[in-house]
Amino acid sequence: MTVESRFGPYGGRYVPETLIPALDELTSAYGEARDDAAYQAELARLLAEYAGRPTPLYHAARLSERCGATVLLKREDLLHTGAHKINNVLGQALLAKRMGKTRVIAETGAGQHGVAVATACALLDLECAVYMGTEDVRRQELNVVRMRLLGATVVPVESGSCTLKDAMNEALRDWVSNVGHTFYAIGSVAGPAPYPAMVRDLQAVIGAETIAQVRERYGRLPDELVACVGGGSNALGLFHAFRHLPVRMTGVEAAGEGLDGRHGAPLAKGRPGVLHGSFSYLLQDAWGQVMEAHSVSAGLDYPGVGPEHAWLKDSGRAEYAAVTDEEALAAFAALTRLEGIIPALESAHAIAYVLRGPCDAAAAPPSPTVAGRHATDGGRVAFGPDGTRFAADDVVIVNLSGRGDKDVHEAAQLLEGPA
Amino acid sequence: MSGDARTPAAPLAPRLRRAFERPRAKRAALIPYLTGGHPDVETSHRLIATLVDAGADVVELGVPFSDPIADGPVVQRSAHEALRAGVTPETVFELAAAHRDRVPFVLLTYVNSLLAYGGARFFARAAEAGVEALVIPDLPLDEAAATVTGAGVEAETAGGLVALASAAGVSLVPMAAPTSTDARLAMVGAAATSFVYCVAVTGVTGPRQEVGEALPGLLERLRRHTAAPLAVGFGISTPRQAAHVAGLADGVIIGSALIDAVARAAGREGACAAAGDLVRRAGAAIAAG
Ligand SMILES: Cc1ncc(COP(=O)(O)O)c(C=O)c1O
Repeated sequence: MTVESRFGPYGGRYVPETLIPALDELTSAYGEARDDAAYQAELARLLAEYAGRPTPLYHAARLSERCGATVLLKREDLLHTGAHKINNVLGQALLAKRMGKTRVIAETGAGQHGVAVATACALLDLECAVYMGTEDVRRQELNVVRMRLLGATVVPVESGSCTLKDAMNEALRDWVSNVGHTFYAIGSVAGPAPYPAMVRDLQAVIGAETIAQVRERYGRLPDELVACVGGGSNALGLFHAFRHLPVRMTGVEAAGEGLDGRHGAPLAKGRPGVLHGSFSYLLQDAWGQVMEAHSVSAGLDYPGVGPEHAWLKDSGRAEYAAVTDEEALAAFAALTRLEGIIPALESAHAIAYVLRGPCDAAAAPPSPTVAGRHATDGGRVAFGPDGTRFAADDVVIVNLSGRGDKDVHEAAQLLEGPA
Repeated sequence: MSGDARTPAAPLAPRLRRAFERPRAKRAALIPYLTGGHPDVETSHRLIATLVDAGADVVELGVPFSDPIADGPVVQRSAHEALRAGVTPETVFELAAAHRDRVPFVLLTYVNSLLAYGGARFFARAAEAGVEALVIPDLPLDEAAATVTGAGVEAETAGGLVALASAAGVSLVPMAAPTSTDARLAMVGAAATSFVYCVAVTGVTGPRQEVGEALPGLLERLRRHTAAPLAVGFGISTPRQAAHVAGLADGVIIGSALIDAVARAAGREGACAAAGDLVRRAGAAIAAG
């Protein structure tokens, strides 16, 4: 089976010629590994014994009550290193080994991908360098410390918005310069082919497990899947196994300060263009200059999105919503109080969507929960007209892509003001 | 894709071809590269005139882009400064148009600037401004020839950018790198309608101490596949390096070192003096062999 390079018109390999042979090599190495039982067995073993798969599908009863539907959380936050990123990384790190590469590089925003790569490199004895924008180094400091402890070199990137986009530029430049012995482990379903298809395949274990779990427990398919979308890997990971089934799929982008202000919602507000090697929706000005994204969550603070999402949007197979910083922070607090689960700020966007009333972001009244110091009272305040988004017997699955340890400092400051 | 688009009446880039056939320093064409509109538009005009006076056979102008993944710090910085100063593709077209009678122009643009402008419109405007060829570092051959439809840029990309460019009379310059396989060099050679841009190093742009060791092998392999002129860029910083490359190739592209000299110089006069000096010395070194 071939590895897709286009999704409708989207995708492709818009990178310097220097990298094309490396992408060809990667495509064929991945194609072979994917069909190789030994590689798959080793990956399955690591996912189970090392990373902690399968992850539970948890019935969040108090959250369900609030939403007026049955809400199940796919607990990727319980994985080793704290997010779904490890699924992809173990697959790519094993591939790097198989290809005889001795050095692995990565870009990271929230630091979850960087930590996962540093972890896999420690495990498999590979040299590791992680590029991270200086703004993210600041707001995800805990993960910087983790990466360094794991033996990785963290390279702060001081250009543009000093976030994920700029980190990925630098990682690509590193790869162009060291392509012979270096494996570039991209952290989402973005970048040039074969990354979008490869990363999706490696994350698809999320949805494959979910189908089996929901069928066993409820004897039926869910009505809707919900996941946050930065580059889009946790969303595609959940969606992929359901793509031919009658299940609604909703991706949630970062509306940041609002869709008329600074945000990270290229599917809602961008136009197709090329960034980081693929053609997809992109936040850009009239001249095609890439605009700086904004989100309270470092992992969603990205002006592009994986090309398969662009195609899922155009074809209507998936729908996309956007959630503001305020809503995400309120959802962060709410899930913590309702369920005793502190979500990553990225995942809090997906939670905010199910907590929201039926009206869309633009029309939603400003949430009273984040008015300064009252914001931590996540257990009591209503999130808009309640109960009408879902039918009472709906089963909704939210991908809880990561845990919030990395965010507690930032979130506490934003919710409560400086101590 | 119509047949006519692929076989334009006249060969592309006639002035560029002549520049490679009869370079002023005899052994190879000297091709300075500047970011268009950097450090400011007026200085850019003066710099272009200076480069021509100093012996440039061709001038390559960069269209500044926000995320130039093939460029090192020097070119990145110049692009960001130019963008902050409001430079657009239109600014760069106007620069070329103003000096087109004196020298043939090559434009370097990242593909998104072209897509946002509209491919067909971009090529037409380039041709009108006297630009004979385009270098697009993030558009490898396969994508240049790919037919991509849909997504709102369909009119521009249907039939492939290669076809659209030649229909407008503009040559798309294929790039070859030390990592290119022989199969890819064969594709590169076959796609050359003006010259081939040979990347001297496995890396991004930026001044370097040494010309890459991989270069002679790359040029030798590429010669087996094409008779088109081969111009070499990425890292050529000194007159000595220029002379060395002129012994191997048909064109020498000096970019980062020139932009760096301009950026370090004090004021407009200083920038022109520094740029003129570097290009003159490179030309002399090339001529001396
Ligand atoms: C927990 C978590 N969720 C989601 C994301 C966003 O990435 P993607 O859209 O690829 O899942 C990140 C990225 O850093 C993350 O750390």
